[in-house]
Amino acid sequence: MAARAAAVVATARFGLGAAPGEIAAAATDPRGWVRQQLVPQAMPPALAGLPDGGERTRLFLAARRAMQEQRRDRPAAADQPPRAALPPGMEQPREAYLHEAGLRMRAQIESKAPAIERLVAFWSNHFTVSILRPPVLALAGAFEREAIRPHVLGRFEDMLLAVARHQAMLLYLDNALSIGPNSRAGRRRARGINENLAREILELHTLGVDAGYTQDDVRALAMILTGWSIARLDDADPGGFRFRPLAHEPGDKTLLGKRYTEDGEREGIGALKDLARHPATARHIARKLACHFIADDPPSASIERLAATFRAAGGDLAAVMRALVGEDAAWAKPLSKVRPPAELVVAALRATGYPAATQGDGRRLIGALRRLGQAPFAAPSPAGWPDTASDWTAPEAVVRRVEWATALAGRFAAEIAPMELFAQSIAPASRTETRLAVERAASARDGIALVLAAPEFQRR
Amino acid sequence: MLARRRVLRALGGGAVLAAMPARLALADAPTSRRFVLVILRGGLDGLAAVPPYGDPDYRNARGALAIGEPGSEDGALDLGGRFGLHPALAPLFAFYGRGEMLAIHATCSAYRGRSHFDGQDVLESGIATPHATRDGWLNRALAVMPTARIGTRDGLALGPSVPLVLRGAVPVASWAPTDMPEVEPGLMQTIAALYRHDAMLGPALAEGLKAQSFADQVMNDGQRMNQPPGPGRQQFRQAAQAAGRMLAAANGPRIAALDLGGWDTHANQGAVRGRLAQALATLAEGVVDIAEGLGAAWRETAVLVATEFGRTVAVNGTGGTDHGTGGAAFLIGGAVAGGRVLADWPGLAPGRLYDGRDLVPTLDLRSVAKSVLIDHLGLPPKTVETRVFPDSRAAAPLKGLLSA
Repeated sequence: MAARAAAVVATARFGLGAAPGEIAAAATDPRGWVRQQLVPQAMPPALAGLPDGGERTRLFLAARRAMQEQRRDRPAAADQPPRAALPPGMEQPREAYLHEAGLRMRAQIESKAPAIERLVAFWSNHFTVSILRPPVLALAGAFEREAIRPHVLGRFEDMLLAVARHQAMLLYLDNALSIGPNSRAGRRRARGINENLAREILELHTLGVDAGYTQDDVRALAMILTGWSIARLDDADPGGFRFRPLAHEPGDKTLLGKRYTEDGEREGIGALKDLARHPATARHIARKLACHFIADDPPSASIERLAATFRAAGGDLAAVMRALVGEDAAWAKPLSKVRPPAELVVAALRATGYPAATQGDGRRLIGALRRLGQAPFAAPSPAGWPDTASDWTAPEAVVRRVEWATALAGRFAAEIAPMELFAQSIAPASRTETRLAVERAASARDGIALVLAAPEFQRR
Repeated sequence: MLARRRVLRALGGGAVLAAMPARLALADAPTSRRFVLVILRGGLDGLAAVPPYGDPDYRNARGALAIGEPGSEDGALDLGGRFGLHPALAPLFAFYGRGEMLAIHATCSAYRGRSHFDGQDVLESGIATPHATRDGWLNRALAVMPTARIGTRDGLALGPSVPLVLRGAVPVASWAPTDMPEVEPGLMQTIAALYRHDAMLGPALAEGLKAQSFADQVMNDGQRMNQPPGPGRQQFRQAAQAAGRMLAAANGPRIAALDLGGWDTHANQGAVRGRLAQALATLAEGVVDIAEGLGAAWRETAVLVATEFGRTVAVNGTGGTDHGTGGAAFLIGGAVAGGRVLADWPGLAPGRLYDGRDLVPTLDLRSVAKSVLIDHLGLPPKTVETRVFPDSRAAAPLKGLLSA
């Protein structure tokens, strides 16, 4: 029984909630069940063959151009700014978003390597791009597939570089527009730098806010990254990453006391690698991983050990994850964190074996996530979704979770036996009262709802 | 409705009293004053919202983003000769005209860095050091309000999560639009019984059911509201409408917080039209929604609109502005002694900027907040200094912001 309880911890804390049979599979060696997933995996079938970032960027650029032309033809429309979330003309990018977000949920629900999907979601949130800025609509999925997923077991610096060069991030945090004031383009057009991406790289992506960098460092990194942009529709290879030498600020720059001699695009690569290797980055990442996988308030000794592993392994994230699985604190019971809505929805569909009634309706699931307050790729700010229990347990939000679980239960009451669902999901880690309530449920629907709404199912 | 009351009774305590006739609950209410905090997340550009057109350096510093003088085409609405109001905020100008709006300028929280997330933490915790505490100043204020009332909670969070400013020891209600089907009382009662063993989820579910019941009662004759969350900024309007109507109820909450994003205008923020103007229009519509929802209770209401920091004086290289320091805030309501601009104006001359780039903050936002807590909600000044805003002596409360 203890082994099965540890298996619940494994599937909840490191996975996406147990699918039928998963607890039994994990019970023989819960830590091993996680570790054996930490090897490079192929692209999930649901996500194979989707358009790449270049194609998605062209879709956005074309939509934007059409919008601008429309506005030029009908200038009066400018007096009536659109109130809806989406400017007109963004229908195709929106379609791309809905399609891709639905497939991504499907990949999470069907995954045989849920620990990897958890890592993808964690890093995608660490390096947030959000559809609250319209350019991200078409690009969020490609960003995750191209800049995040290939690197979750690789080196942190490779992920950082892939992120900073990806069209989605360059558009989301405005660097695509940033121009060195003394560059040829800057002198000609009286445009200049935008420090948005540089600041968030230092504050959110690498060093962390308390690392002691200054406004001058933010500015220096912004100067270093001038020219990192995307190719326009009229350029060669439209929609791709493009370094624009004419927009790059000339001259040497000093970041965190180190001098970067004028070297065009390579300046940025060098600076990002140095940031990735900075001890403050190791600590920042270690803390964030510990908060996500161990507890809202993780032991500082665990953070120190993870940071030490990060440094010793040169930012090898597979090594850091193996160390995390080895932390006893990560196996503490009972489960203390609260599943955010995105994990709750996926866990419920994994537990129910993804019944046919719910397949093919990724859009309905996106709607559910919107109603539960966590639409895919829609974090409120570059800091991403919050990650502590108190962020997800507003009174109103907890009622919504129960209502959603009940509504879902009603959709496949004919297909699932409540006690079997209970046994395959939370039974080994549940209170007797919960078991009795499921046993005594007045109907199959009520029984399923009780399992999916149970407090044990809300936690991970 | 009866069935739902049964669930609430099963959850214990005074929950069922939420449905009591208003006049009974009123007798227990220590205050009829209402306070709403609107948090603008992302850093409002105060120099666009309240353009200091009378400052000789304004036009030069702002270039293409400058708002025209009052009287010019698409110009600002005049706030008394030196400052104007962004034309997209026109709905707020009526409050100003009635003496119900105070525009506050060159203000900031105690935060002096440039991180949104630390800045919002300081704004909401009310403590100068980021992440020094896990409760917010409005929750600490709730803790020292005269008595806990019968009925619904005094504090109300609008939106999918409770913002830090309302988090803390005192339970608060929360509300967000929903079109999910209600769970039948019998099943909900069974589920709620299971939740009682969970120290965090249990109280949250109980509070949520109470708040839901109250909201339906106030806004929809006790029937379940069926209102899908709107797209984008529409959700702010929904929250504002609900806040007004729930606060209006005699036995309703007294303090509410809601937030609106979209202020981090690093690129192409626009002047009279564009990204920022759209956000400002939504803000103004939302404040009008709050006032309309409150009806007669607007007389007893103050709404504070605040942001984590202002934005740079100069336009950046991409038609936007970057994270700054001093900025603008608004205090609006029937209880506000408004119709004027509150500003110890530091000027925009290049040599007078904070860090060489920002408007110097000359007023700590906590001074405004303290005035509201003391002069509006009636909290003892000493308690405000020690319990709500500790270590903030330098930010003294201001006199005369509220009409007596």
